[in-house]
Amino acid sequence: MLSPFLEIKNLTAGYPGKTVLHNINLEVQPGELLGVLGANGCGKSTLVKTVSGLLKPASGEIRLEGRDLVKLKPEERARLMTVVSQNPSLPAAFTAAEIVLMGRTPHLGAFQQEGPEDWEIVRQAMEETDCWQMADRPVGELSGGERQRVLFALALVQQPRLLLLDEPTTYLDINYQTEIMDIAARWLTENPGRGALAVFHDLNLAAQYCKRIALLAKGRILAIGSPAKVITESNIREAYGAAVIVTPHPLNNLPTTFILPGKKPHN
Amino acid sequence: MLICVTFGAIAVPLDQTIRIIWNHTLGQIWPVPVNYSNGSDTIIWEIRLPRLILAAGVGAGLAGSGALYQGLFRNPLADPYLVGVAQGAAVGAVSAIVLPFPAFLYALGLVQWGAFAGALVSVAIVYNLARIGGEVKSTTLLLAGVAIGSVMAALTSFLTYLNTNKLTAIYGWLLGGFNMTSGWDNLGRFLPYLGLGIGVAFFVGRRLNVLQMGEEQAVLLGLNVPFIKLVLVGAATLMAAAAVSVSGIIGFVGLVVPHLIRLLTGQDYRLLLPLSLVWGAVFMVVSDSLARTVMSPAELPVSILTAFCGGPFFLYILRRRKKIDF
Repeated sequence: MLSPFLEIKNLTAGYPGKTVLHNINLEVQPGELLGVLGANGCGKSTLVKTVSGLLKPASGEIRLEGRDLVKLKPEERARLMTVVSQNPSLPAAFTAAEIVLMGRTPHLGAFQQEGPEDWEIVRQAMEETDCWQMADRPVGELSGGERQRVLFALALVQQPRLLLLDEPTTYLDINYQTEIMDIAARWLTENPGRGALAVFHDLNLAAQYCKRIALLAKGRILAIGSPAKVITESNIREAYGAAVIVTPHPLNNLPTTFILPGKKPHN
Repeated sequence: MLICVTFGAIAVPLDQTIRIIWNHTLGQIWPVPVNYSNGSDTIIWEIRLPRLILAAGVGAGLAGSGALYQGLFRNPLADPYLVGVAQGAAVGAVSAIVLPFPAFLYALGLVQWGAFAGALVSVAIVYNLARIGGEVKSTTLLLAGVAIGSVMAALTSFLTYLNTNKLTAIYGWLLGGFNMTSGWDNLGRFLPYLGLGIGVAFFVGRRLNVLQMGEEQAVLLGLNVPFIKLVLVGAATLMAAAAVSVSGIIGFVGLVVPHLIRLLTGQDYRLLLPLSLVWGAVFMVVSDSLARTVMSPAELPVSILTAFCGGPFFLYILRRRKKIDF
């Protein structure tokens, strides 16, 4: 049997005095984009923070290709994984290319400066994410969608094994949402053996892009499996406390969720 | 810079100045004929040149630490005195002035050492107060700096109030300037610390750029953020404390110079740090030369001049910030 790419075992994590995640077990296979869904406060951001090393787990194990992630130094971790999060603030005066170049930080020695090969990696990443044309513009002038592409290029320049996406399409219009997720999907096919874990708040986006989805509720996994298995009216009612209708997508039959205005769920 | 040495209550022509400096340095091997008086020699070599180097060092130290603090706190209004450097130095210096120490200690620069120690102790207290659960948040550091700063300022006022007979000495130190310290002794005592801070400043540019992305993003990019912060605070404080200990409190240089450079070259700290050091030095040397000459033979405290330029500039930045986000 193939060993999992990312393995999260009995993970309990949270903040002092408040445990958010209880005993989570998750696996991401090589080449897979695993989706994570759940209501606000269910622990999906805590999951990303813990896997990315910003938060130390209370107990449990996180292994990436066999390596214990918790024990790594920030620099070693940054060579293995990257996070694209929702709309972080960027120093407005730096140009897009300067921002992307910062992704080379974990690959440079303490007193080393960037060389031509680093700039070549920057150019490639910015072409892949369709933002090379704005390389010389200050990021303060860019739109939300443009900024998110720059951040994605920054992540690619890190040349990670694992890509973590923390609601990267929040605040973006639907054209940009598909664009960003297409970039992620293309990265996975073009770089075999890598993997991605993505947190979504848009159920339909997750259903379209992930073969497998984990649905969290109150810090535990409520359901895990194919979109059709996980995104059901009863699961959504339990996880979100929302009444919805789930029907197959007209083109690809994937579960598509419709909200019901003015309706409270009856448990 | 050379031209600044020729200015002063007693003018020494430029060619004589060059000969004097030459004869004291390379002239030891290849002397040039002496066409100047012994008096000029003393004025240039013993008084004005060390003072000029001191002023340059202090300017570089204040501007460099200002640039470091602004980058560290990601706050354009941060300056070397924000984390309690100045107030701590003042307590140290004033204590040294008012306490009955034996005279020979004063000859060894007790007041300067007192200021240096006061600055370091004050920042150490601020840094440890700001450390909550092993983590130093920049906002907490700023707030602790302001709080400790006011405590230290109160302490200085109290010491001054108790010792009104030494008011002139205290006031002279607080006003700041390069007139109370002269000769090469002081240079030797404090330039090493300044040099250490400047050395660090040359190496942290790239990391300071990454820190501008925010602390979380910096961690995700592999930066050891707590360590970098400690190094930055340490280097900036060492530079500022060394500067303050020999010059007293000279405001606005640390704030104004990095901003001027930022307006001209942008945010890249790999340019910003070295340029701030150089232009801080130039700015201070010119200010000090003006301070020595505008009311000659009396001397204007240089802090009055720098604040006179700095104050309006500070307001200009505030006005500008309303239009363009930093």
